[in-house]
Amino acid sequence: MAATHQTRASGRFVYVSGVVLLCAWVLVPLYFLLINTLSSPEAVNAFPKSFIPEFDLGSLTFFANFSGMLSALKNSIFVAAITMVLSITLGAPAGYALSRFEFRGKETFRFLILLTRAFPLPLLALPLAVMFIRTGIDDTIFGLALIHTTLALPFAVLITFSLFSGIPMELEEAAWTLGCTRLTAFTKVVLPLVLPGITASAIFAFVISWNEVFAAAVLTIENRTLTAFLLQNLDTSPLHLKFAGGFILVVPALVFIFAVRKYLFAMWGIANR
Amino acid sequence: MNNRTLPYILILPVTIFLGVFFLYPFVLVAQQAFTTGAGFTLDNFTKVTSHWKFSTSFKNTLLLAAAVVPVQLALALLMATMVSNMKKGRDLVLYVWTIPLGISDLAAGIIWLAIFEQSGFLNSMMHGLGFIDRPTNLISYQSPALVFVAIALAEIWRATAIMLVILVAGIGLIPKEYYEAAEVFGAGPWKRFTRITLPLLRPSLSTALVLRVILAFEVFAVVQALGGTLYPVLMGETYKYQFELLNGGAAAAIALIILGISIAATLVILRVLRVPKGASI
Repeated sequence: MAATHQTRASGRFVYVSGVVLLCAWVLVPLYFLLINTLSSPEAVNAFPKSFIPEFDLGSLTFFANFSGMLSALKNSIFVAAITMVLSITLGAPAGYALSRFEFRGKETFRFLILLTRAFPLPLLALPLAVMFIRTGIDDTIFGLALIHTTLALPFAVLITFSLFSGIPMELEEAAWTLGCTRLTAFTKVVLPLVLPGITASAIFAFVISWNEVFAAAVLTIENRTLTAFLLQNLDTSPLHLKFAGGFILVVPALVFIFAVRKYLFAMWGIANR
Repeated sequence: MNNRTLPYILILPVTIFLGVFFLYPFVLVAQQAFTTGAGFTLDNFTKVTSHWKFSTSFKNTLLLAAAVVPVQLALALLMATMVSNMKKGRDLVLYVWTIPLGISDLAAGIIWLAIFEQSGFLNSMMHGLGFIDRPTNLISYQSPALVFVAIALAEIWRATAIMLVILVAGIGLIPKEYYEAAEVFGAGPWKRFTRITLPLLRPSLSTALVLRVILAFEVFAVVQALGGTLYPVLMGETYKYQFELLNGGAAAAIALIILGISIAATLVILRVLRVPKGASI
């Protein structure tokens, strides 16, 4: 028995070190970015690099003072906020319909939603650029938010579908018998229960828009978002600007993934069925 | 408003939106690719495919996908099985492993640039260990293999998380009883993995692979941030035709080629991993 005990112990050791190693694989590159962001521009361009940040705000100040950067940051936030609102207000009703009703064309509709995930969506930016010029919303925050909504909408529908499916129909029916209408039953019973999940899918929509590069670069010229601005200036900008910009891109992601971590798995579980 | 019409009213906004901003643009992009001002033509396609850079970027895109996706699949499967047996700290480990999910490809490229640039952390580490005296330029046209490795690593780092999430969700759907039964009949961990997890995970595997392969064909910002023009890919060429050469028709033609290989890959994956009728959980 001693031998099996030993193999079990060594197996446990391999397992734990594997987990630790994979965590390090994710975290160490992020730590390197943090070092570069919290170092002075001179230190960022120096060699060899220190493996401990010097907590100098030089790079971040340079980033904030770089012409056009703050307005790009503002544009990014606005585009992501509009995307968030649009994809939830359009997507949540459809998610509710999918979870509560059997209707003709339901499968076709689900197919359309899944179809959008199977296509390289950023490529839509090319024809939309032409369409936007015709309608006069080219190079606007709103125009870009529309295509980001196309990216985020399928996810919003699928997440809200799984959220509403998780709430028993009986709860709503009980509310009806107690004198609620379809609408008040929804606002008083269902909505409070799904609100945290709705918030999570809204945050997810925000992140999708915040991170999107290609469509943003194609559709905006004067009103660049942060990703488009950084991409456009990749060849010319100094290293410390790139790293500070990368850091500003990453920080919301860290917070958001933490906020929605519970819902990430639920949404894919249902989406696969 | 009765129950007959209500669902249609609820799905109407999404349907209209996707019609205008998803289906219609695809018609437009096809139109743009097949015309040059006067009727139907394949000029745009012959023009872009005959350009010397096209075959390089086409090959590069496929090569990168072929190198990255299998590694990601193996890594995501490993991580998902590791997590499914975890008792303590499961939530923390899952959070850490899914962090890259929220990180944009541009940021990922910049992060790996911090490691591979001339005064970066890889050179600093080599210097600290005494392997090199002075920093060498790792990402240059003289070392195409290293450029490829840097881009592949950044892609693996960034986009394994999406597969992990899908697979973890999929494993969660497999009834625990199957594993208990297999254990009673003496199946070891490896046998349980190959005989239960893998076959029952097929729907999730195909979702994860389809999504990942399509995104791999769209690789753009990581390459721009790390290799720039050193490693041309299809999406980069599209961008260039649209902006530097101001040729919308050619850009649309490459876009359709990317779409074509995406559809082909999707069909192959769905076919290989199809679940026989009546054999789902």
